[in-house]
Amino acid sequence: MAKAELLDFDEALELYEPVLGFEVHVELSTVTKMFSPAPNPAYAGAGEKAEPNTMIATVDLGLPGSLPVVNEQAVRYSISLGLALGCQIAPSSRFARKNYFYPDLAKNYQISQYDEPIAFEGEVEIELDDGALVKIPIERAHMEEDAGKLTHVGGSTGRIQGAEYSLVDYNRAGVPLVEIVTKPIFGAEHRAPEYARAYVATIRDIVRALGVSEARMERGNLRCDANVSLRPRGQEKLGTRTETKNVNSLRSVERAVRYEIQRQAAILKKGGSILQETRHWHEDTGVTSAGRPKSDADDYRYFPEPDLVPVVPAPELIAELRAALPESPAAFRRRLKAEYGFSDSEFQDIINANVLVELEQTIAAGAAPAQARKWWLGEITRIANARGVEPGTLVTPFHVSELIALVESGELTDRLARQVLEGVIEGEGSPDEVVKARGLAVVSDDGALIAAIDEALASQPDVLAKIRDGKVQAAGAVIGAVMKAMKGQADAARVRELVLERANA
Amino acid sequence: MSDFSREQVEHLAGLSRIALTSDEIDHLVSELGSIVDNVAKVSEVATADVPATSHPIPLQNVTRPDVVGELLTQEQALAGAPDAAEGRFRVSAILGEEQ
Repeated sequence: MAKAELLDFDEALELYEPVLGFEVHVELSTVTKMFSPAPNPAYAGAGEKAEPNTMIATVDLGLPGSLPVVNEQAVRYSISLGLALGCQIAPSSRFARKNYFYPDLAKNYQISQYDEPIAFEGEVEIELDDGALVKIPIERAHMEEDAGKLTHVGGSTGRIQGAEYSLVDYNRAGVPLVEIVTKPIFGAEHRAPEYARAYVATIRDIVRALGVSEARMERGNLRCDANVSLRPRGQEKLGTRTETKNVNSLRSVERAVRYEIQRQAAILKKGGSILQETRHWHEDTGVTSAGRPKSDADDYRYFPEPDLVPVVPAPELIAELRAALPESPAAFRRRLKAEYGFSDSEFQDIINANVLVELEQTIAAGAAPAQARKWWLGEITRIANARGVEPGTLVTPFHVSELIALVESGELTDRLARQVLEGVIEGEGSPDEVVKARGLAVVSDDGALIAAIDEALASQPDVLAKIRDGKVQAAGAVIGAVMKAMKGQADAARVRELVLERANA
Repeated sequence: MSDFSREQVEHLAGLSRIALTSDEIDHLVSELGSIVDNVAKVSEVATADVPATSHPIPLQNVTRPDVVGELLTQEQALAGAPDAAEGRFRVSAILGEEQ
């Protein structure tokens, strides 16, 4: 639907009540896959540079005679995540086969969980932009395996339509996933898009705090399907929902929900009806397009996976994992806000820029809160925005802390530090290594400075005379010349001191 | 005998990606019906106090440590593929969406 045909957002909300639901897939960062001993591409970014079909074992191709065996760490991670979502952990849960023919899985079925998920009935607190807290009800969280990646070749768009053939890479097949499913979410109203973003951000913060996933949306570690339906004001019965896939950033989740509300409202207002279907979000154009309608193909004929036995977590294990849970992201925020002494608006800027975790780690590594805030919200966010990525993907908190220490010790000026940061982001090494490699340290050798000052004074005798007359501000011209001669790598305050000293010598 | 319709057989054949002739469908309508009847006999002896079982062996919690084991090389992985290109399996274009 063209943007002009959408119903105005406010009008849509006047006529209809939006009901939301989310399915978030989290790739666990275990060392190996869910059911096979192959290395997990979602562990420490291992998959980023791997050649296709090199991170696989017989199980991942469903070769005859191969049998899946559950990864115990994936079970622990799933239980931890379930607990962090406020869920009950099933005393006994089992796996099921979801049968479908599609080449993204070689077995013709996906191992998932159906009637006995590992975790169910939870609740997650999310924080909206103005600090309001809302509870999102969780239906279940279940374990399953990820599918391989298809590349469609031929045709003009690289999409499925018009493709001549597809190439399959099974590296991702079998990556451990936890799928988190909410119950229908009511009451979001005008803030539905904001709910969507805050919910996904909270899940991301939770899995990061737990350390169970890298949670990098741009790499697909965390993927969200957003369900949206509208019902006329006063109507009890839920409207037909659509499921929007491919929303791979917090901003997209927010935009996609807003778009679907406006699109569905436009259809309903004209007396049309909503098709229950999967829709695809297009980041570039900001619209969703129809995918596959729900049909016969969704008859997955789930049945208990005969190759695997039930998972029956010992109460002691659950207690152990519960005791090891980190504080919730909401509590974490409240604590940090108090600890670092930021104002409400300063703190909100940090949340909006999505650098709270980075900031905390930078401070933990020794940096002062104000400095950590300045770098993460300033230069790093600026570069991240220019590149369209999250700030946390550019540089590690440890390196930022190191950079701040170099400025504090006087080894770098702010200007030089920005150049060093650029080098670190470009992958030239740690700040120390970049300083050495690029020769960026401040010239703190007074001898070199004095030589440059004497030369500058000698070439500007009129300035020298003014300084000697007590017109100190005239020194600016000399300081400028010296800074230029030092290529900016000098501490201006020290240069000034030395200029006055030499002029009056 | 259990009631199995042609539509149900066609639906199952579609899900299984099996092309059936009209004669084969007729044949399967009656054959599937008697299979279902035979399986249904189990329910005659299953009483409410016998819990359903999904696994014949009373085992639970069979897991492995999170350690990398034996892998396939790309060459081995693709050795059985009908067609391959650029280190990947090559399949005919399929209309439909990823699941």
